[in-house]
Amino acid sequence: MSYEVNGKTIECDEEGYLEDIGEWSLDVAKIIAKDENLDMTDEHWEVIDYLREYYDEYQIAPAVRVLVKAIKKKFGPEKGNNKYLYELFPYGPAKQACKIAGLPKPTGCV
Amino acid sequence: MSDDIETEFETEGVEKKFMFLNRKAPYGTIYALEMLETVLISAAFDQDVSLVFMDDGVYQLKKGCDTKSVNMKNFSSTYKALGDYDIQKLYVERESLEARGLTVDDLTEVVYEDEDDDWAEKPAIRVVSRDEIAVLMEEQDVVISA
Repeated sequence: MSYEVNGKTIECDEEGYLEDIGEWSLDVAKIIAKDENLDMTDEHWEVIDYLREYYDEYQIAPAVRVLVKAIKKKFGPEKGNNKYLYELFPYGPAKQACKIAGLPKPTGCV
Repeated sequence: MSDDIETEFETEGVEKKFMFLNRKAPYGTIYALEMLETVLISAAFDQDVSLVFMDDGVYQLKKGCDTKSVNMKNFSSTYKALGDYDIQKLYVERESLEARGLTVDDLTEVVYEDEDDDWAEKPAIRVVSRDEIAVLMEEQDVVISA
């Protein structure tokens, strides 16, 4: 499978996660988000940016409960809770947001 | 694409003591990475998890690993995320460290937040003797070694 971005083919796995994190760009993210039927807002991008920072530091895509806890620590309890994050990413804040962020499927996601 | 919604499973009532015993160097083989992924997955099930690093396994926590020339992903920094996964017990065997000329200062800092102490950050790594590890091992329900 693959995404077509600005005339370039970006390879992904059967679930839509990028094969090569190095191929990620904002345009790629927008295409993936469209594929997921998400209208991206600043609140969505805040989570995406945070996930990319987390991956940079730990080389891992966090499981959903780890993400919720980390967001709570960074942005406060009004954002660091399941309800807020599931409203932004209905198919799972870790799985769906990681996909858009170009990261692998979260480790420890059951 | 994927239409399965993430769920958190309730596993209340079945808590066992799991020890993951790491005895191999981090790079060059796949054992350390596979073990680390197993540990992260097991953390989702709210079990009592501890990790032991002995023999060449102590190198898994060594700071400053450079994997460029062996063409492997550098996952050394992932050990720092263990605290986020509520893994609070990383035992490093003193004899193995000493035999390799290492001290605790050569190891990556891993911290966890103590829920019972106003979320204070505490070090997860404890250097213990071989005899202490034998005692800990005796207490486990499951020991997984690689």
